[in-house]
Amino acid sequence: MKDWPLWEVFIRSKNGLHHKHAGSLHAADAQMAIENARDVYTRRNEGNSIWVVKSTDIVASDPEDGDMLFEAAKSKIYRHPTFYQLPDEVNNM
Amino acid sequence: MQDIDVKSLETAFQDRIDQEIKIEPRDWMPEDYRKNLIRQISQHAHSEVVGMLPEKNWLTRAPTLKRKMALLAKIQDEGGHGLYLYSAAETLGVSREEMVRDLLSGKAKYASIFNYPALNWADMGVIGWLVDGAAIVNQVALQRTSYGPYSRAMIRICKEESFHQRQGYDICLQLARGSDEQKRMLQDAINRWWWPVLMMFGPHDSASAHSAQSMKWKIKRVSNDGLRQKFVDQTVPQLEFLKMTAPDPQLKWNEERGHYDFGEIDWDEFWNVVKGVGPCNKRRLAVRNKAHDDGAWVREAANAYAQKNN
Ligand SMILES: [Fe+2]
Ligand SMILES: [Fe+2]
Repeated sequence: MKDWPLWEVFIRSKNGLHHKHAGSLHAADAQMAIENARDVYTRRNEGNSIWVVKSTDIVASDPEDGDMLFEAAKSKIYRHPTFYQLPDEVNNM
Repeated sequence: MQDIDVKSLETAFQDRIDQEIKIEPRDWMPEDYRKNLIRQISQHAHSEVVGMLPEKNWLTRAPTLKRKMALLAKIQDEGGHGLYLYSAAETLGVSREEMVRDLLSGKAKYASIFNYPALNWADMGVIGWLVDGAAIVNQVALQRTSYGPYSRAMIRICKEESFHQRQGYDICLQLARGSDEQKRMLQDAINRWWWPVLMMFGPHDSASAHSAQSMKWKIKRVSNDGLRQKFVDQTVPQLEFLKMTAPDPQLKWNEERGHYDFGEIDWDEFWNVVKGVGPCNKRRLAVRNKAHDDGAWVREAANAYAQKNN
């Protein structure tokens, strides 16, 4: 039998936090994906909200492009507070 | 030209591993790394799934409702562990369908320990305590494995495992404090499981086909013999607390080494069970196949329902 579609599962552990990737599972439809995610990823109160997304609907950056995408940020050290050395008297800014 | 490219990719890959940078699904990796991981992770997943079978036989015969609920929760966890691991293997390009097919056909391997029979309720205690205990020693080390999805699955599994071992030891404790007959039951179960549990860590490092390369790639983090020693060292005090013994006259503390010495495993038995002539190999696969076949109508109905709503 062919596999059911693969779904990625995101769980919010409590209000105020982001949904975070928890893992994946196969399910015939969205409702079943939510129910299976409940059974598999929240058996010990790990969450109060579940998102499921078909894995094929996720577009990911290519690891080969890593340098091109992220190199620029590495050189911009002036974006970090530690770049600015202040006198001791006001250094808790 | 192509050879030189692959060589430099391999060097960069090993550099990342040496620096403890995790490898993620879409990163370049040597074909053998991928193959070895698929083999190791899928075997691990199959073991979680087959591991449910000896225990489920005792669900309906658990002595109390409390024990039944704990055992049911443990078994449910093991199903979850199988799923986390299948998912991790799928990120390497193998399909769930393929893995399940290889398990059902008998082509794939799973942990030999589950080819031994669980004869009575004491076995539920000893399996939780020793079998899950040995699995934990292995899995704790694998939390630091180099492949990201595998490592994340291991971290999640380890969080859930300690309940398994404790509920098992709790069963053992109660038997150890019980009647003479209960104590005999417990000792008998320990005698039967002790050696097969030590075999769970696999052949000696010198005889292990995949060990050296797996250690270099950090697919494995601690050698088979290293893990086995760790398990024995931490288990003996628990055994003594129960006032039980191991079926090994050579088991004793070695002051000089700072470890317990123990006797030699019967490697003929080990290889026989691996090769499929253990006491329950046929039965486990037959039960797994029947469960799969019996569930076919559910999968078909779910498909039909999903299609209708599309
Ligand atoms: Fe498990
Ligand atoms: Fe377990």
